[in-house]
Amino acid sequence: MNGVFDLAGTDGIGPVVVPEDEPVFRAEWEKAVFPMFAMCFRAGFFGVDQFRHGIELIDPAVYLKSPYYEHWVHTVEHFGEKLGKLDMAELDRRTAHYLADLEASLPEHQDDPELLAFIEAVVPSGATAKRESDKAARFKAGDIVRVDRSAPKGHTRRARYVRGAVGEVVLAHGTYIYPDTAGNGLGEHPEHLYTVRFTSEELWGAEHAEPNGSVCFDVWDPYIELVTPASATTEGAVA
Amino acid sequence: MSARIRTQEEIAARVKALESMLIEQGVMTTQAIDRMVEIYEHEVGPQLGAKVVAKAWSDPEFKARLVEDASEACKELGISGLQGEDMVVVENTDDVHNIIVCTLCSCYPWPVLGLPPNWYKDPQYRAAITREPRKVLSGAFDFTVAESVEVRVWDSSSEMRYWVLPQRPAGTDGWSEEQLAGLVTRDSMIGVGPVAQVAS
Repeated sequence: MNGVFDLAGTDGIGPVVVPEDEPVFRAEWEKAVFPMFAMCFRAGFFGVDQFRHGIELIDPAVYLKSPYYEHWVHTVEHFGEKLGKLDMAELDRRTAHYLADLEASLPEHQDDPELLAFIEAVVPSGATAKRESDKAARFKAGDIVRVDRSAPKGHTRRARYVRGAVGEVVLAHGTYIYPDTAGNGLGEHPEHLYTVRFTSEELWGAEHAEPNGSVCFDVWDPYIELVTPASATTEGAVA
Repeated sequence: MSARIRTQEEIAARVKALESMLIEQGVMTTQAIDRMVEIYEHEVGPQLGAKVVAKAWSDPEFKARLVEDASEACKELGISGLQGEDMVVVENTDDVHNIIVCTLCSCYPWPVLGLPPNWYKDPQYRAAITREPRKVLSGAFDFTVAESVEVRVWDSSSEMRYWVLPQRPAGTDGWSEEQLAGLVTRDSMIGVGPVAQVAS
């Protein structure tokens, strides 16, 4: 979907502000939100692509102005409600309860050794998005390609600033979960993944681009079409 | 959806309400929350990436393996995990300076750098770094890259996790890996800052 989360090249939103130093978590509530991704993933709320799409659906004004980890709250709520795992009226009732007394206790509960073991295991192992596939790669390093202009309404990683742009394939990574299906609840359908390098002039125009710059952007096979194959560009260079 | 921006208190209450429901469902426990927070506050952070960089500066064969497959090479040092399952190290040279960003969300190589700083996740950095990287570097980070050097920005739009191998500074011949690691800053591995200066 086209949305404000797709930020590359957005002007007029102010300077980058870098504090001298800041803690990993700026507030206690951030510490409770951060683990929700891994634990709700384990509980079947979402995959990582769906998680991102839940964030993309946030009201754009809120998206731009709210603290980062609040975005995670929105996506947990989105999928909790959608899957019937969260009663939103009950969530509102409890929110009022805690707003009246932020120190009010959490429900008493037992430790869960299996959950703790999951955290101890998943942090160092992760969960790769690489998938085996017998699909042939349509492109290779050196190919000159164009990103197509498709503007799908659901989740996609087709950032607007690379749509229609021409660049060179610089890396071919193998086959990975396809976000355009996985992020929309339509399955993994692995596709070949490539890194394409675009010059700054190609992305922003010669008049507006900084000198001697480029952007490398990852695309899945269906995002791109061939402009000039690698061998032809080599021959062209020789001729 | 309401477009009203919540206060810190309102967010804290909302989070505690959500947390209470997830606890009752057995999705979360406070013990597991505390453990995960402890890991990313105290165990996984840029000191791990610094160790990898120092080894790459000291051991050409390791560096070759790191550039070939960063995730596999990092495993040799016991470094791996969430948001770094498929890492790619991009090497700075005399001709190319690399910077990482995620313009669509906030992707970042957790196993070597820890959780991202807030400015990395903020709209302003994500908006500007692909369009005006030199201006962002000089304005926000007081860091200049010569015009003769290409500035190459890696937008982490897939699950590949890019991070920067900075150049080894002059004046460090004979230094131990531990000494070298002390020079490697988080920002130098993002590409927005230099490694620490060597006192001459």
